[in-house]
Amino acid sequence: MANSKSAYSFAGKKQKPDTHIIVVWVDNEAGVLARVVGLFSGRGYNIESLAVAEVDQKQNISRITIVTTGTPQVVDQIKLQLKKLVPVHKVADFKREDKNVIFKEMALFKFVANNGKLNKAFEACKKFNPVILDKTNKSNVIQITALRREIDTMSKNLKKFGLVSVSRTGAVAMTRGSEIFK
Amino acid sequence: MPKFYSGAEIVFKCLEDQNVSHIFGYPGGAVLPIYDELKNFNSIKHILVRHEQGAGHAAEGYARSTGKPGVLLVTSGPGATNAVTALTDAYMDSVPLVCITGQVPTHLIGTDAFQECDTTGITRPCTKHNWLVKDVNDLAEIMHKAFEVATTGRPGPVLVDIPKDIQFQKAQYKNYRKLKKLNGKSHNNFSQKNIDELISLITKAKKPIFYTGGGVINSGTKASELLRELVYATGFPITSTLQGLGCFPADDNQFLGMLGMHGTYEANNAMYSCDLMINVGARFDDRITGKIDEFSPKSKKVHIDIDPSSINKNVKVDLAIVGDIKSVLTSTLKTLKKSKNNFSKSNKHQISNWWEQIQKWRSKRSLDYIGSEETIKPQYAIERLYELTKDKDTYITTEVGQHQMWAAQHYKFNKPNRWMTSGGLGTMGYGLPAAVGVQIAHPKKLVIDIAGEASVLMTMQEMSTAVQYNLPIKIFILNNEYMGMVRQWQELLHDKNYSESYTAALPDFVKMAEAYGCVGIRAKTPEELDDKIIEMLNTDRPVIFDCLVDKQENCFPMIPSGKPHNQMLLGPKDQKEKKITGKGRTLV
Repeated sequence: MANSKSAYSFAGKKQKPDTHIIVVWVDNEAGVLARVVGLFSGRGYNIESLAVAEVDQKQNISRITIVTTGTPQVVDQIKLQLKKLVPVHKVADFKREDKNVIFKEMALFKFVANNGKLNKAFEACKKFNPVILDKTNKSNVIQITALRREIDTMSKNLKKFGLVSVSRTGAVAMTRGSEIFK
Repeated sequence: MPKFYSGAEIVFKCLEDQNVSHIFGYPGGAVLPIYDELKNFNSIKHILVRHEQGAGHAAEGYARSTGKPGVLLVTSGPGATNAVTALTDAYMDSVPLVCITGQVPTHLIGTDAFQECDTTGITRPCTKHNWLVKDVNDLAEIMHKAFEVATTGRPGPVLVDIPKDIQFQKAQYKNYRKLKKLNGKSHNNFSQKNIDELISLITKAKKPIFYTGGGVINSGTKASELLRELVYATGFPITSTLQGLGCFPADDNQFLGMLGMHGTYEANNAMYSCDLMINVGARFDDRITGKIDEFSPKSKKVHIDIDPSSINKNVKVDLAIVGDIKSVLTSTLKTLKKSKNNFSKSNKHQISNWWEQIQKWRSKRSLDYIGSEETIKPQYAIERLYELTKDKDTYITTEVGQHQMWAAQHYKFNKPNRWMTSGGLGTMGYGLPAAVGVQIAHPKKLVIDIAGEASVLMTMQEMSTAVQYNLPIKIFILNNEYMGMVRQWQELLHDKNYSESYTAALPDFVKMAEAYGCVGIRAKTPEELDDKIIEMLNTDRPVIFDCLVDKQENCFPMIPSGKPHNQMLLGPKDQKEKKITGKGRTLV
């Protein structure tokens, strides 16, 4: 009965949440990231990961890629609210399962171990386009690109090969084929 | 040689070009260069308020009663933070405001300088957009863009933060060019197909209702005219939200009164039982819908709104028409006349059962109250105020609480832009400064703030503004010594534990009026009420009217929280019949 003592109604039925990747093209100006991120936190939306950088120096356009979870109603609201922001040009939305879209994250792994273990670590990364960025006789730094879950698994499994530090980006996305998002 | 102007001059040139005649403000260190320039621009009159929140609400009152954007000018730091409540209020109720704030000089930003605050950071969530001007060459463009953003699409507040050094620096003035293509944020791209679908729903409906809101008023007076035309052409019943009052005449038979938490029995039941709901410029607010899962379960819902993010936000609708109400109604009327001339006559039979049902609900007379000969009932006070002012073109503002709901229920509005109230944010202290703004915009008209004694004390200092500018506003206080709505909730929901809702040591409002240099009138009995109101109306100066009303009166009808529309709580008369005992009450 505690709930009934409220000036507000109770929460209604909940729909099932999905993971979506929202891509936002914005004017690269002061405070624009705060506007986008503030909209998410202010309205109680999730951000799982975030990647942002300028993609068009001439027109000053930045591309923000946000991974979020929400019910269909919430995801629709996210898109519509984003489109209302003055510096936002366009908003794209992809489901994580979407086969026509490529998602990638990049991770940097630092290993401190003997040569044998370092070699095994590199072998284990083979599937994810590993690049050795730095090497000494007792350490190396490997860059891989993969999906979020793959990086999650890798950073767990590589502990035994002397993984000491992980740095990773948020997901970025691009559609397959010749089409671009208008 | 091109002419160069200082940043401060550019601010005023922009205001001139935007046809701004009044600004509400309060000077301070970081806006002194702008204030220094004021004397050189005679077409712009500055109204000195007593608190920056007052400047914001006055600008809101100005904007709502005229349809033009309200402008306020405040200093950095506390000036800006004091304006935040008013900006948020305007954001929630879609009122176009342009707030100009001073800022510490550019080189001091980020150093915690005197009266520095992160104004754009603080106001980001409560404005449509804001700008920190970093280069005087951008100032004119930003100022004009600010007006454009504030007034296009769904209107709202914007803020321009101008550092003091920018106000001194010189630049050329860029003239205002009205862009043909707007910034892509204004949506008016509905199709004829949408309209045809709407007409098809209208012709099929057996139990239709119009549910209209503040969007109609924001779309301009023409929109209200078109709405009336459409409602008459269909013969459908119409109900309105708090913000929409006035867009349809309240004394018309087709009007069911306000809906929602304190709406009429007939309006809420009609919303619950209808088979077609046409939402025109309202937003399915939680005070309107009650329990969402049981909101109007059997109806097809149409939503006409200029803001695409309002569609399907709270309630899923069957037909969404995104566009300006005026354009949508114009197209709808045109199509209806073409395809079904004389529709209201031909359709009369189809909705006659519906109207019969509505008449049954109406016969409950849900706004009735038990009168008294000893004490003034607050509802009676509003009724008398209405009867004695209805022949004048009266503008009503309110504070927030019981008196606000009673005003909405018992004062009948027949024209748009005559009713200024804080709906979304529910800001106590809104009404007095709003009345100042309304009176500035309409110097010859009767402006009344229907107030509660608790609310009005929050911004009472603006009486001084009213006196300074000879604004004959009338502050009509329904004084029950309680924060009435808080007391009501405590009575109904918290076992009559009236925790901190009684105001001991209230000021003597009549003496207070005299201290401010205006007129104080007190009414204690129903018998003297009319004479005192007439005395107030005949006073051509600001008046504080202290109307001592019944302290226990509650505001009914009421939808208890978490309940759908068809489970309303009616007034004391009805409660006696239904014998709601202790147990029933805890369910409220």
